[in-house]
Amino acid sequence: MLTLNINGKEIQIDAEEDTPLLWVLRDNLDLTGTKFGCGIAACGACTVHVDGTAMRSCSVPISMVAESKITTIEGLTGTVGNAVQRAWIEEQVPQCGYCQPGMIMAVSALLKETPSPTDEDIDDAITNICRCGTYPRIRKAIHRAVKLETEA
Amino acid sequence: MAKSTLLTRRKFLIAGGLVGGGLAVAYAFGGNDVPDRAPYASTAGTNEFTLNAWVKISSNGNISVAISQAEMGQGIHTALCMLVAEELEVDVAGITPEQAPIDAVYANFTIIQDSLPFGDGHHRGEETAGAWAMKKVGALLGIQATGGSTSVRNFWLPMQQAGATARQMLIQAAADRWSVPASECYAKAGKIIHDSSDNSASYGELAQAASKLDIPEEVSLKQPSERRVIGYSQQRIDIPAKVTGEAEFGVDVSLPDMVYAAVKICPTFGGTVKHWDESKIGNMPGVLKAVKLENAVAVVANSFWRAKQAVEQLPVTFDDTINSSLSTDGIFNEFEEQLKLDDGRSYAEEGDAKSVLSNSGASKSTATYKVPFLAHACMEPMNCTAIVTDTSVEVWTPNQSNTLISWIAQEIAEVDAENVSVHNTYLGGGFGRKVETDCVSMTLNFAKAFKGRPVKLIWTRENDMQHDMYRPAALAKFEATLDSQGRVQAWHNKVASPSISRAFVQRMLPFAGADMPDNTTVEGAADIPYEFPHKLMEHFPTPVQVPIGYWRSVGHSYNAFFTECFMDELAAKAEIDPIEFRRLHLSDSKDFLAVLNRLEKESNWKEPAADGHFRGIALHESFGSIVGQVVEISVSPDKEITLHKVTCVIDCGEVLNLMV
Repeated sequence: MLTLNINGKEIQIDAEEDTPLLWVLRDNLDLTGTKFGCGIAACGACTVHVDGTAMRSCSVPISMVAESKITTIEGLTGTVGNAVQRAWIEEQVPQCGYCQPGMIMAVSALLKETPSPTDEDIDDAITNICRCGTYPRIRKAIHRAVKLETEA
Repeated sequence: MAKSTLLTRRKFLIAGGLVGGGLAVAYAFGGNDVPDRAPYASTAGTNEFTLNAWVKISSNGNISVAISQAEMGQGIHTALCMLVAEELEVDVAGITPEQAPIDAVYANFTIIQDSLPFGDGHHRGEETAGAWAMKKVGALLGIQATGGSTSVRNFWLPMQQAGATARQMLIQAAADRWSVPASECYAKAGKIIHDSSDNSASYGELAQAASKLDIPEEVSLKQPSERRVIGYSQQRIDIPAKVTGEAEFGVDVSLPDMVYAAVKICPTFGGTVKHWDESKIGNMPGVLKAVKLENAVAVVANSFWRAKQAVEQLPVTFDDTINSSLSTDGIFNEFEEQLKLDDGRSYAEEGDAKSVLSNSGASKSTATYKVPFLAHACMEPMNCTAIVTDTSVEVWTPNQSNTLISWIAQEIAEVDAENVSVHNTYLGGGFGRKVETDCVSMTLNFAKAFKGRPVKLIWTRENDMQHDMYRPAALAKFEATLDSQGRVQAWHNKVASPSISRAFVQRMLPFAGADMPDNTTVEGAADIPYEFPHKLMEHFPTPVQVPIGYWRSVGHSYNAFFTECFMDELAAKAEIDPIEFRRLHLSDSKDFLAVLNRLEKESNWKEPAADGHFRGIALHESFGSIVGQVVEISVSPDKEITLHKVTCVIDCGEVLNLMV
């Protein structure tokens, strides 16, 4: 039994220590906003924050994050997270929407580190895959989120 | 107001036989039976009143709209609600979309018309009586399906009519209540109003009385100038839940006491399971059981990760002799051999291209193009959850056709249609992959081994890529001659590939796999707009052992590439600017010319490209929309391509939601 700190709560987990965080979130805790896309940390649909850093939870065994603070899309709060979600609605970013929780987690981690990213910063940091091809709107929404946050 | 007569099913069949093609047919096919409210009424709770097949209003004024179409990111839930909202005089925000029950009233006739091999005019070489029969069968089967860019084309008129009949019935109910003429009452913001008596009543107050009225056979639709929803910007109703993670996709379905399945599928197409040893995984944590199918073995466990770990450890050998020598080279050799035969099926023929070309000698231009198989690769891997009991089946799965899933469920679980329920969720991408029922059928078989318990099967990304119904590979050969002004005199296009609709129909109805004309395979090659005095487009159906299916834009995905590349080759040979060259062959095509002219302007085509940059142009029509693009690239010394700019012009006809 491991104890994880998820979205501010200490939770006992009944799973093998090498179980990827993704499957504990989804199957043990019913936090299904974090998505399964590839299982090899290539697509980013499973992105969560581990101590504030964006990580791809499909490839993180729970034993690695037992001492960390984990935040999922369900626990995303604060001015940055809210600005990103608002910008996502205002720019009408999602199409199918499957990759977007991971995208929003990756972007909110970026904005904490780089509050006003250039297009180049965005290209370097946001490598999540969107099969619908919403990338141009994602870029616009990131710039809008920066504005919303500074206005807030 | 414009009068709109509701087409009944019988009228549809007659209209289908008489109307010529193009838009008129699409609308005639769209004439679903608005009056039949019984299927939707069966879903009504207490204090909910059903006005027609699409509109339900509760006594507290909640409006529900039956949605037959799958939301996979195209914004269709919003689009269909907009059409009802327009006529019902309410805001889209005041409407709750609700999954429609499975019933022929919600059938998508346009998808059947576009997909099944009977043709709507661009197949000219063959008797289409059998085809007409297919259409009739399709209508009787009443398949609900989402795909082929048909949802708005098929449901625009029925949804608008649904809103308008509901409005008219609410007005009648109010007029009856106040003993005033219906013509003096009007609908505004969820209320019926009668000015001179100063009466008004909310839809909720009138819903019960309205639901008891006969559904009018004629309704008045708003004039385009009176519209305030259609053609304006509407934020998508599915987006807020998609940014909080609350939106439910199939993979998110969670039920009490649920177990999870992971699967190992024979890596060779058509191969079978030969030997497997369940004892090797019996002690692994959470493992409940292994279940064998003809071509796959699953492990069912109490979490997906445990099931996946176990199935990877499970020793399985496959009999893979059947297609062990199948190869890409072998398939393309077969295409080459097919193209040498003189038995292609002609889909477009004008003049006598063959004899003009055979007399043209060395001045002939030729080209060969080929495309590979492609996977759909939906972001959400294939998945399904099901409960099978001795008397019923319940299925939750992200899918493009509830009807097909109901059929499969009836067959596998051996129950009647009324004992099957199918729940659709949001789709994390569909692209044609989720109209297939392979993953559903696997799940139902596993669920049969756990009767009464929900079983959720998730395919891994590896399963998904290795066992798709792929966009087929195809090989195209072209020959053409130019006249002295550089105009195409003769054009002959031969394409070898498997027939997509044939493969699909064979999977669904194994007895119906005849070799018939198939528009989906030649769309974008047979129906090009260019005017050539001599034109021949032939298809050489070449079955392959790789499973193939409908893939995002289907035949257009390769035919647009083939035909537009060859147009460029010919423009270069004629030493004419590629846009001017296309214009030369479009004198009768105002819509195409308009797109081309606008594209020329928006892309600054007449200005020279920046140093080291190159531009290319393509023009194509698919599913009723004409699209033109200019792409600007540069190529580095080590042949790396950088894409600098794409200018896109589209004529998609009337726009429903400006924001999508």
